Amino acid sequence: MRTKITWNPWQFFVLLLAGIFILPTLAIVNSLFQPFGEVWQHLFDTVLQDYVLNSLWLMLGVAIGTLFIGVATAWLVTFCIFPGRKILEWALLLPLAFPAYIIAYSYTGMLDFAGPVQTTLRQWFAWSYGEYWFPEIRSLSGAIVMLSLVLYPYVYLLTRAAFLEQSVFSLEVSRSLGCTAWGSFWRVSLPSARPAIITGLSLALMETLADYGTVQYFGISTFTTGIFRTWFGWGNPIAAAQLSSLLLSFVFTLMLLERWSRKQARYHQSSSRLHPLPSYVLVGWRKFVVLIGLALVLVLGFVLPAVQLMVWTWQTRYMLNSEFFALIYHSILLASMAGVIALLFAVIMAYGYRLQPNKVIGIGLRMASMGYAIPGTIIAVGVMIPLSSLDHWLNACLQQYFNISVGLLLSGSLVALLFAYLVRFLAIALQTVEASLGKVKPVLDDSARILGHRPWEVLYKIHLPMIQGGLLTAVLLVFVDVMKELPATLILRPFNFNTLAVRAYELASDERLMESASAALAIVIAGIIPVFILSKNIANSRQRIE
Amino acid sequence: MIRVLLYIVALCFSLNVLANEVNVYSARKEALIKPLLDQFSQQTGIKVNLITGKADALLQRLKREGQYSPADILITTDVGRLYRAQQLGLLQPITLPNIDSLIDASYRDSKGYWLGLSLRVRTVVVAKDRVESHAISRYEDLADKKWHKKICIRSSNNIYNQSFVASQIAIKGKEQAKKWVQGLVKNMARPPKGGDRDQIRAVVAGECDLAVVNSYYFGQMLGSEQGKDREVAEKVRLLWLNQQDRGAHVNISGAGVTTSAKNIDNAKALIEFLLTDSSQQWYADKNYEYPIRAGIEIKGILKQWGDFKADNLALEKLGEYNKDAVKIMDQAGWR
Repeated sequence: MRTKITWNPWQFFVLLLAGIFILPTLAIVNSLFQPFGEVWQHLFDTVLQDYVLNSLWLMLGVAIGTLFIGVATAWLVTFCIFPGRKILEWALLLPLAFPAYIIAYSYTGMLDFAGPVQTTLRQWFAWSYGEYWFPEIRSLSGAIVMLSLVLYPYVYLLTRAAFLEQSVFSLEVSRSLGCTAWGSFWRVSLPSARPAIITGLSLALMETLADYGTVQYFGISTFTTGIFRTWFGWGNPIAAAQLSSLLLSFVFTLMLLERWSRKQARYHQSSSRLHPLPSYVLVGWRKFVVLIGLALVLVLGFVLPAVQLMVWTWQTRYMLNSEFFALIYHSILLASMAGVIALLFAVIMAYGYRLQPNKVIGIGLRMASMGYAIPGTIIAVGVMIPLSSLDHWLNACLQQYFNISVGLLLSGSLVALLFAYLVRFLAIALQTVEASLGKVKPVLDDSARILGHRPWEVLYKIHLPMIQGGLLTAVLLVFVDVMKELPATLILRPFNFNTLAVRAYELASDERLMESASAALAIVIAGIIPVFILSKNIANSRQRIE
Repeated sequence: MIRVLLYIVALCFSLNVLANEVNVYSARKEALIKPLLDQFSQQTGIKVNLITGKADALLQRLKREGQYSPADILITTDVGRLYRAQQLGLLQPITLPNIDSLIDASYRDSKGYWLGLSLRVRTVVVAKDRVESHAISRYEDLADKKWHKKICIRSSNNIYNQSFVASQIAIKGKEQAKKWVQGLVKNMARPPKGGDRDQIRAVVAGECDLAVVNSYYFGQMLGSEQGKDREVAEKVRLLWLNQQDRGAHVNISGAGVTTSAKNIDNAKALIEFLLTDSSQQWYADKNYEYPIRAGIEIKGILKQWGDFKADNLALEKLGEYNKDAVKIMDQAGWR
């Protein structure tokens, strides 16, 4: 039986934290209370339908792409034995290190009409324009492929972790009851990994909705490009915020629907004693098909674009000097600080919800996660509003009582930047921590509490050691995402403060793709290290138990 | 370790230390402004602090920071955003000695809220092997049926296209401009995508015969260290349009002093520096833009393109009609 816990300080603190992280979102949603101008009539009459449809198609495509690649690869490397598996286990995470817009740039460089691939084909076969068919990379389907290639690792990572934690008993029982390998995948592995799969998918989809760089470069009018067109073109930031609020309510509805559909289902493991998982040894043609398939994912999602960046870096050798190291330093500094802080808050919030799983806190956590689906520039404006108000209020107070003015303390500081990162990426940390905590059986909490431990002691002594892997995953995912983050960094950073992403973007958006390659490559390399740690850790956790 | 900690603490709060400095918010990318700022610091001893970003986001930051904003100067790459900043009350008028003789009146605000620093021309390039150099002489011809499915131009999200259409509205009125845009959209060889350089590449690849581009992108390709870029650029020809009437469509990169500026004298000194002969030449050499000042000697690639007549439309009109331009492009289906 579950004891009713009432411990208000936790609840209060969690709500306070959630409240702080919701502030920027509220600042954006506030726009809904302002008049809807003529721009809305115009949007309805002309482009809004396009925006919505394109975004929905994009989401659907990326959902199918990431689910298929992510779940299939996770299952294969977890349950099958074939040569090269050990390498693929971690290598399949590598595409995570690529910012989507960078992969889009490098593929366009390769596959565009004027790029080397098509040019070579034309030379070989003496074709000219219009005489042959070649897939158009800068299209909606191109964008789906690009985004799927870099976002599937979210699904892969979380699904694989869930598969690894699956109890061997359920699988053996299913096999002894006559399920084929395929059958036990459909009936046991997949359903019990469902929360993890959905978490990975929702991260991928939220990132898809927030993406601006890729769709903008490909010339696709999505809801996000529409937001910026309304802001920049019409000079109407309020209508842009209103559009963002619509996007937000859409995401929020999806989240609630997902929660509701899970409703009472719980997914605790029946046994925490994990024997080695059953493995299918692949032989013959199956082995080759699987190997080729997995290698293809890796080559397309990582090797090809990375080689392209290396070639460009080699050709230009742009800015490989001491200033470049400052960029690396800044990027890593920000990413690690954001990672650690996000983890801290995520643990507090997720555990607080576990202690007191009531609706208010639940909705608070969901709302605090919304930032992940909003384009970074919009978040940045949302962050500026409360921070600058606080700064102005502070100055007014000091002016009144001490007759001094300190200027802006928070706006334009690293605090503002870190705050924006948390608003944007808390969702990742929170979802990952929640997913791991969810697998710890509540009976452990109850026993420990009955034995007289206070909630924080239970957290410290029982949960944290048990979910170490999940914690590390949370930190590293935020780390990698902050390394890649561009728009909020661009607008909120202090004076004379550059990061790798800023450098890569400035050059790329100035149509100097080749020069931008060195910075892009550095982002990828810096992202590989945590990816590597991550995969080692997941593999080890299994081995330890075995 | 302690140094790292102090560094983090110092960054964590934007502590304003009074110093001989000037703070710049720039929509111009760092690579295209920092070298000049460094020269300025060397010559004057005034430290320049720089943040770059998207123009409208910088405007929001300025607006939110209000009277406490550290920014002294706003630099943008188009006149529309300077106009917008002025409308939002983010700029203050300044007077510079000899400004009347330095910069043509159409390239600066009449009350001194902003002024141009360099000139950018939006024009066309055509395939050398397929298109005669007299095949097109006016922007208006871009809507002519003769160019059906032969034109490459980037997305209408781009500010250069918005200003381009705004100039048509300012000159011809909304109705005429709309017809022109509709004709142009029909003449597009493909749905707009990529940047200006991509349009040039598409011309060379045979996807279209003509591309609308800012001349400096073409210059950058001609002057590129990459043989491939030069090879492509050699195959197209740049044309100046409307030379018999109003002149080529121009825009500016420009600057204004912010309302919140605390280092006004330094800000003025920096703007004056950016207008000196050597700075003006730097824009031309480094980025193939035209000097805003008349009488600056140009050389190399820019000289090869020859003199041209620039439209002397008051540039603030471009800012004024920007919204209408976007509307018209939406209606015409220019994505």
